Amino acid sequence: MGAPKKSAPKTSSSDDPEELARVPLQAVLLADSFTTKFRPITLERPKVLLPLVNVPMIEYALAWLESAGVEEVFVFCCAHAKQVTTYIENSQWRSQPNFTVTTIESHNSISAGDALRLIYERNVIHGDFVLISGDTLSNMSLVRALQDHKDRRKKDSNAVMTMIIKHSKPSSATHQSRLGTEELFMAIDPTTKQLLYYEENANHLKGTLSLDKMLLVDNSSITLHNDMQDCYIDICSPEVLSLFTDNFDYQHLRRHFVKGLLVDDIMGYKILTHEIHSSYAARIDNYRSYDTISKDIIQRWTYPLVPDVLFPGDSPTRLDRQGMYCASEIQLSRSAKVGPLIVIGSSTVVGSNTTVVNSVIGKGCIIGSNVLIEGSYVWDNVVIEDGCELRHAIVCDGVIMKSGSRLEPGVVLSFKVVIGPNFVVPPYSKVSLHQQPTVEDSDEELEYAENSSDTIHSSTRGQVDKPNGGSSSDLSEMQQQSIPELGLGGMGYIWSICEGCHEEEWKHSVAPIPPEKLTEITRAIEDDLDLANMDRNAPASSGELKPDTQVDSEDDENEDSRDDSTYFEKEVEATFLRAVNENIKVDHVILEVNSLRLSYNMQSVDCAGAIFYSMMRLASQLSHSTASELYKNVGSVVSKWQKLLKSYLPGKDEEIEVILKFEEICLESVKELSPLFTQILHFLYDKEILSEEAIQDWETEKADADESDKVFVKQAEKFLQWLREASEEEE
Amino acid sequence: MAMDFQVVVLAGGYSKNLAPLVSKEVPKALLPVANRPVLSYVLELLEQSNLKDLIVVVEGEDAALRVGGWISGAYVDRLHVEVAAVPEDIGTAGALRAIAHHLTAKDILVLSGDLVSDVSPGAVAAAHRRHDAVITAMLCSVPVSGLTEPGSAGGKDKSKKPGRYNIIGLDPSKQFLLHIATSAELEKDIRVQKSVVRAVGEMELRADLMDAHVYALKRSALLEILEQKDTFQSLKEDLLPYLVRSQLKSEIPVNGTPPGEENGNEKTGSNNNQILLSRILSNASKPEFHQLHELGHYGDTTRRTHKCCVYIASESKYCARLNTIQAFSDINRDVTGEANYLSGYTFSSHNNIIHPSVELGAKTTVGPHCMVGEGSQMGDKCSVKRSVIGRHCRIGFNVKIVNSVIMNHVTVGDGCSIHGSVICSNVQLQERVVLKDCQVGAGFVVVSGGEYKGESLAKKEK
Repeated sequence: MGAPKKSAPKTSSSDDPEELARVPLQAVLLADSFTTKFRPITLERPKVLLPLVNVPMIEYALAWLESAGVEEVFVFCCAHAKQVTTYIENSQWRSQPNFTVTTIESHNSISAGDALRLIYERNVIHGDFVLISGDTLSNMSLVRALQDHKDRRKKDSNAVMTMIIKHSKPSSATHQSRLGTEELFMAIDPTTKQLLYYEENANHLKGTLSLDKMLLVDNSSITLHNDMQDCYIDICSPEVLSLFTDNFDYQHLRRHFVKGLLVDDIMGYKILTHEIHSSYAARIDNYRSYDTISKDIIQRWTYPLVPDVLFPGDSPTRLDRQGMYCASEIQLSRSAKVGPLIVIGSSTVVGSNTTVVNSVIGKGCIIGSNVLIEGSYVWDNVVIEDGCELRHAIVCDGVIMKSGSRLEPGVVLSFKVVIGPNFVVPPYSKVSLHQQPTVEDSDEELEYAENSSDTIHSSTRGQVDKPNGGSSSDLSEMQQQSIPELGLGGMGYIWSICEGCHEEEWKHSVAPIPPEKLTEITRAIEDDLDLANMDRNAPASSGELKPDTQVDSEDDENEDSRDDSTYFEKEVEATFLRAVNENIKVDHVILEVNSLRLSYNMQSVDCAGAIFYSMMRLASQLSHSTASELYKNVGSVVSKWQKLLKSYLPGKDEEIEVILKFEEICLESVKELSPLFTQILHFLYDKEILSEEAIQDWETEKADADESDKVFVKQAEKFLQWLREASEEEE
Repeated sequence: MAMDFQVVVLAGGYSKNLAPLVSKEVPKALLPVANRPVLSYVLELLEQSNLKDLIVVVEGEDAALRVGGWISGAYVDRLHVEVAAVPEDIGTAGALRAIAHHLTAKDILVLSGDLVSDVSPGAVAAAHRRHDAVITAMLCSVPVSGLTEPGSAGGKDKSKKPGRYNIIGLDPSKQFLLHIATSAELEKDIRVQKSVVRAVGEMELRADLMDAHVYALKRSALLEILEQKDTFQSLKEDLLPYLVRSQLKSEIPVNGTPPGEENGNEKTGSNNNQILLSRILSNASKPEFHQLHELGHYGDTTRRTHKCCVYIASESKYCARLNTIQAFSDINRDVTGEANYLSGYTFSSHNNIIHPSVELGAKTTVGPHCMVGEGSQMGDKCSVKRSVIGRHCRIGFNVKIVNSVIMNHVTVGDGCSIHGSVICSNVQLQERVVLKDCQVGAGFVVVSGGEYKGESLAKKEK
């Protein structure tokens, strides 16, 4: 046991001699989620300090760790490290017997991987430890899971991690769990509970799961789960830390580390699962889980982590019937209708005829008369004037809502925003005093951009840390844009929602999913199912069936490659459009397309085709009213990006493919281009994108084709003839 | 059991992969298992379930005549059997298509004529009825004998690894068949439809269950598919996977409504969608997964689901199919060995059966798990272990026969040694022939002193 000895100085103060005999249970708490899902709020305050039912999230995590018998916690702080450290210094956790909390600060870690590498360097972990992030909420007992983990370790030293899972069936319509996280597919050995496969953020378009065939050679039975939720509570052996150090490219705990271990069969490390049944465990991953978990707390699923039991603080909270928690010194108007399922913090004033249902309201808020608050989270010291309406919104500290203003579902108001009178904030808006960082690219929500964007992210966060200096220096860094009107006297910017994310916004919002959206998705799913079935059946009925066996497999492969090429085309188009919008250099686009090509196992022909397609699509989408304007568009797009296209046209064959693709485009996707076929062909020739030989070969190739296939050859006849004559002349 | 079930036994013909064991005289159905035709095992199994009206489908007129002749002799008063001849190599689905006009009952029970088992077909039929399934497949544990050390008996079956028959996906209640991958697919990565895992939440993938090729089928659906998918050749490889794949959305008119009529009222489904949505939203109990999907189109008939069910035989039951040479040896060994209750004979206190008419020479020993048929003779100092010897064989002296099957009228010269081999009828082995893991086709003569290992010896036919 124990990490490899290093001579690094020990930072922990808990080095008792007794420790050699008995290793205290340690835990690593990552006080940074390394994601940006809680922006814009997290620009000003770290996620772990955001109030969850009026108590900072980290309190729940620490309270659970303490109650579960953990004796030593290392809190890893990165974003807003000072705020977290200060909070811990002043908290009750400093003075607990048998429970030490040590903070580790880092300013250059951009991922959980970095954090664990740093902890390894510090050499503070001496045995099995619990790894959680600061936004985890649980009341499970660790005894059993820990004992199982230790017993397994004795038998098999490769069993380095135990992952806690819990039953939760994602919605079959949205494919997300009630916590708003994406559906998860896992394969588990039913007897040993070993994790064999893990797929999150699954590609919905891909209709099948692909498992290594060896899995069923080694095991006679495996169980596929779509009904489990990953609680993000891991019991790890010290090797986990060294594995992160050995594999310096591991960043994400699941995507890299778990996948890495599952794929690697050389080292033979194993991850096991431990399913909890009656206890609670969940992680606040996004606004939807914030909402769900808040409600779970109010409904006491998380007992004893509930407002009236765990955190009496200076103003004890009392539980009334119908799930109403009220602090002692509040002023409720007699005519106010509050409850059911509400929490109201101390010193809050609620005016007459005001309705509060299903909501949490913090300390020191002043709520006027005739206000409606439904399904919302109002933090501390918020002023809501008369006649306001809030539905499914999050309102941070210090916000002022002037009279008559309204928040549509899904709105998030960050700290100290002021909403002008009678102003209606549109659904899903995020409003902050900070401007939206411009470098934020559309990949943000995909989370793969962590490296690039989070550096910027943490640097802005870093500046915010400096007292008072934050906003001004931030502003200088951010793009100047006109302050969006938030009504008379309004203060703050409505963050624009990037195009790709807008679609997804409803998924992770505090607001319930609108019914029309659900209908839409349900329909889409059915169409998909229909499509999938049709695909499957089509080849069979077309009479290509071979005796017995081969059929299905061929079928699958066709489906596979067809799928792949469609995805590929879409991805290339997306890349291209991004390049156009963000003015990315051609060389960089080529790099990106190349990496797509490799990952989809495509040829440069395919790239050329896909790029050409993207260019034509773009040209047709640019505004035009006449054919000649369209032609101009094509001309400008092609001229601008010809280097890109040309780099995938090494020879004649590829060029012919482009012409064939062009025909297809004219016939199918962008029909309005078809009258311009010859003109554009000529233009491509002039631009030396297509060679004379390629065009002539295309013609010969088409000579034997069906009449219907010759439409464009005929259209281009004059041009082709001119070409021929020109070449003869030359000779 | 008074169920409206029609039983079809697919008895095959002159199966090529069993060459040289099958011959003009002995089609696959008549290959001996413990000295009686393999087909008799299925017929008697059906008789035990009181399923006595059978159609036995044989490939090829000639083979059909031979099988028919044997059946009418052996089961004259016991079973009502109709023997139907179908062209060769049309596959199992093709065979059913060819006899489709004979099928009249509501459900059809299809068995393979090469099945040797004690799992009750009646139980499969009952499970089928209970679930109102479109197809119910019988699954059994992968046979233990198939897992014995490779090369113990002379098999050339290198195409499949032992014990890898198929991959089966089941729901947690182990009643529904959600996924099946067979033959060529086993060599590739396992691909599972996500929509099915989503619908069911949890799916168990098993490699230790074997599709025993006993299917109960709804006749209406069966005939519909056979007609629509005229390229389907095999029940196991085409029809079953197709049904399993399409079970969340079937094109098959389960209730006899022809497709195409229902497209008109698609829009009326919105009300019912609301029901589904509220169900999804409430996230309450999990409805059984077929129900969930049926619910989606409650009243809107474009989506119909059908059920593919399984009947899983208890692990203690025996179940094997005689479809390879390896299986032929294994089954013969099992039926005279661990599974000798299947043979229908009473074994002696020495755990073997030697017909009273058999003449054994001095110092000749016949070990346990052996069988020697009527009228066979053996010289002195012979040794027989774990082997089956047919009728009227003449075996010289000092012959060793281990782990082998010797059919009828075989002559074995002095000093021969036969290990892990199959010797067909009328073969003549001259003196001191040594065979290890060989198959010798009917009527073949092995000249004296010949030594062979792992070979297939047969006359050049036709």
